[in-house]
Amino acid sequence: MRRIISVLMENESGALSRVVGLFSQRGYNIDTLTVAPTDDESLSRLTLTTTGDSRMAEQIVKQLHKLIDTLKVNDLTQGSFVERELMLIKIAAFNSDSRAEIMRCIEIFRGNIVDVTAATFTLQLLGDSDKLDAFLGAVRHIGSIEVVRSGVLGIARGDKFLRQ
Amino acid sequence: MEKLSGGEIVVRALRDAGIQFIWGYPGGAALHIYDALFRQEAVHHLLVRHEQAAVHAADGFSRATGMVGTALVTSGPGATNAITGIATAYMDSIPLVVISGQVPLHKIGQDAFQETDMIGVSRPIVKHSFLVTRTEDIAAAIAKAYYIASTGRPGPVVVDIPKDITDPSYKIPYAWPGVINMRSYQPAEKGHRGQIKRAVQKLVEARQPIIYSGGGVIIDNASDHLTKLVRELNYPITSTLMGLGAFPGTDPLFLGMLGMHGTYEANAAMHEADVILAVGARFDDRVTNELEKFCPEATIIHVDIDPTSVSKNIDAHIPIVGSCSTVLREMLSLLKKSNRDNNCDTSSWWEKINQWRDRYGIYTAPRHAASSEHLIKPQDVIRVLYDVTNGDAFVTSDVGQHQMFAAQYYLFDKPRQWINSGGLGTMGFGLPAAMGVQLAFPEADVACVTGEGSIQMCIQELSTCTQHRLPIKIINLNNSALGMVRQWQDMNYSGRHAESLYENSLPDFVALAEAYGHVGMRVQQINDLGPMMEKCFSLKDSVVFMDIVVDPEEHVYPMQVPGGAMRDLWLNKNEKS
Ligand SMILES: Cc1ncc(C[n+]2csc(CCOP(=O)(O)OP(=O)(O)O)c2C)c(N)n1
Ligand SMILES: [Mg+2]
Repeated sequence: MRRIISVLMENESGALSRVVGLFSQRGYNIDTLTVAPTDDESLSRLTLTTTGDSRMAEQIVKQLHKLIDTLKVNDLTQGSFVERELMLIKIAAFNSDSRAEIMRCIEIFRGNIVDVTAATFTLQLLGDSDKLDAFLGAVRHIGSIEVVRSGVLGIARGDKFLRQ
Repeated sequence: MEKLSGGEIVVRALRDAGIQFIWGYPGGAALHIYDALFRQEAVHHLLVRHEQAAVHAADGFSRATGMVGTALVTSGPGATNAITGIATAYMDSIPLVVISGQVPLHKIGQDAFQETDMIGVSRPIVKHSFLVTRTEDIAAAIAKAYYIASTGRPGPVVVDIPKDITDPSYKIPYAWPGVINMRSYQPAEKGHRGQIKRAVQKLVEARQPIIYSGGGVIIDNASDHLTKLVRELNYPITSTLMGLGAFPGTDPLFLGMLGMHGTYEANAAMHEADVILAVGARFDDRVTNELEKFCPEATIIHVDIDPTSVSKNIDAHIPIVGSCSTVLREMLSLLKKSNRDNNCDTSSWWEKINQWRDRYGIYTAPRHAASSEHLIKPQDVIRVLYDVTNGDAFVTSDVGQHQMFAAQYYLFDKPRQWINSGGLGTMGFGLPAAMGVQLAFPEADVACVTGEGSIQMCIQELSTCTQHRLPIKIINLNNSALGMVRQWQDMNYSGRHAESLYENSLPDFVALAEAYGHVGMRVQQINDLGPMMEKCFSLKDSVVFMDIVVDPEEHVYPMQVPGGAMRDLWLNKNEKS
């Protein structure tokens, strides 16, 4: 099962490498990883996605918690949550047919065009990972593409806070 | 306020952390620190001959005393030489602080002379690490290092200090940060009360219970609590390799070690148990054998300070995260308060266990062939060692058959008496660890039970023993082979002894010992063994190297059958349980 795990940790040099090291050392996969300082500059918030059964998820959460720099860990997939990922896509589009199709798709998926040249469109799309995958499925045949994805961001719904 | 340089701050901080002894080896990046050491007397430095040994010696010191061990090494090769020692301590949860010199800050990343990314190299084998980047941060980093190393589940902490921040020309006011408070690190101590209650209830209702105790009990100084609890329950207890001595080895409730080379009675009792109280143990693969076949009937209560150890390999029915000492104390007090009139009767369980003991136990009768005049059995060496030292010595060990024989035949009655590398299985650990023990207990008998393979991995430390007058006794079970490797080759590779023999290249250990200024003895006859061992331990001020020629064909038994349940054991070369 896919897991989205949130980690609140000290914004210290080396902290991120400990997280990444933990995953490779214990044989867990990281599918996506995002990290940035929070409103409190001394803390970093990290969201990572991985796949594993519940025993593995439990171990991952415990192991992350065991890192000395970690304050809080939460497996978001245990409760209800909001998930977002940002994607930038550059698509080669030479003729008016393909340009029209791209415009149609971006409208359906509620994305934006952020840059245009005679031969390319650069698009921006926000959503959960499934939506981004679906969009890629819809436009891939049009022309060669370049994709940048931010990785998943997640936050629990309701009045649960992951704070210090 | 007094002003100190970075180098002086390192040394002063060690003093203020209560550190009297450090083991180490100098080099360019650490020289400012070494100079500061030279100019004071509170912190004594012991020079070793290889950085691996510095860490093992600090480790042995820690295992024997419960205090944090300290090592100091230089950058690059000094740091990488320390790695095996750090990994050894990490696997066995031993509190250490390892301070490594680093190239100056502005040279980091330049492939400077003797530059190694110590933080990166050590990352998977430390509890935590610090790269200190300002003189102002040194004291706090060292204070935190000792705090982290010694609390929660202990472990080694590396403090990497670039040379320029220890420069003698830059002095700042020094203050020792007394109490450490880290918002991100707050180890839990007390176990959950409700869980402890449930556990005690389960324990008193058990028909076929067993206590399975591990190194965590020793690390947490919980032996007294464990002993009281087990005696109050009157239940059988077994121990891991790391836990030996936490409960008296000579007590009739003790079934011996469990696992790969554990006793039949311990392994069979685990297999048939209906309730297992695992405390300070981690269901290591050297214990469980095949996980799918592990203890099919058992309700498992698992007490450990480290949540990641609980339900990692085996699901715990009643997990209790807390320190062994607090949880065991609470269990004992609940037990004493509880009404135990309708306790289950365990007498038929004991009957069964005693039958196993009579039938297969290594303590009820010798299960190996006897020594003959010219052929000494390694088991008998350990028995003689036990008798000569009244069961009272500190015994360090290396890795191999000799280690297992020591674990099986020296009955440890006290915690911290048995000192070996269980988790990593590091050949070369025994001699330097013994130096650490002897430093801590100058009057005690300290025996290093080793093999001719292992001893050669840190043999250079015989010189360190001379320099610092550490009169350890080396009991070398010389079977002319990497015996444990050969045993596996005998059992699994049709006796093809690939690179486990030395082709007559072994040194003359007696002459070697003498070359270092020590006493050497070679024993080849069983009748000489007792008297020479007596002589060895009567030479209180000397290092004695006893090179004892033992049966090269001997195997360690019992031995779990690979892929089997715990109780599936080879009992000797021909017989399975
Ligand atoms: C550093 C290291 N290298 C290799 C091994 C693998 N190993 C385990 S036991 C053993 C043989 C040890 O030989 P010896 O010290 O003579 O002990 P014996 O088994 O003969 O008693 C070896 C090579 C190890 N444990 N540690
Ligand atoms: Mg040998």
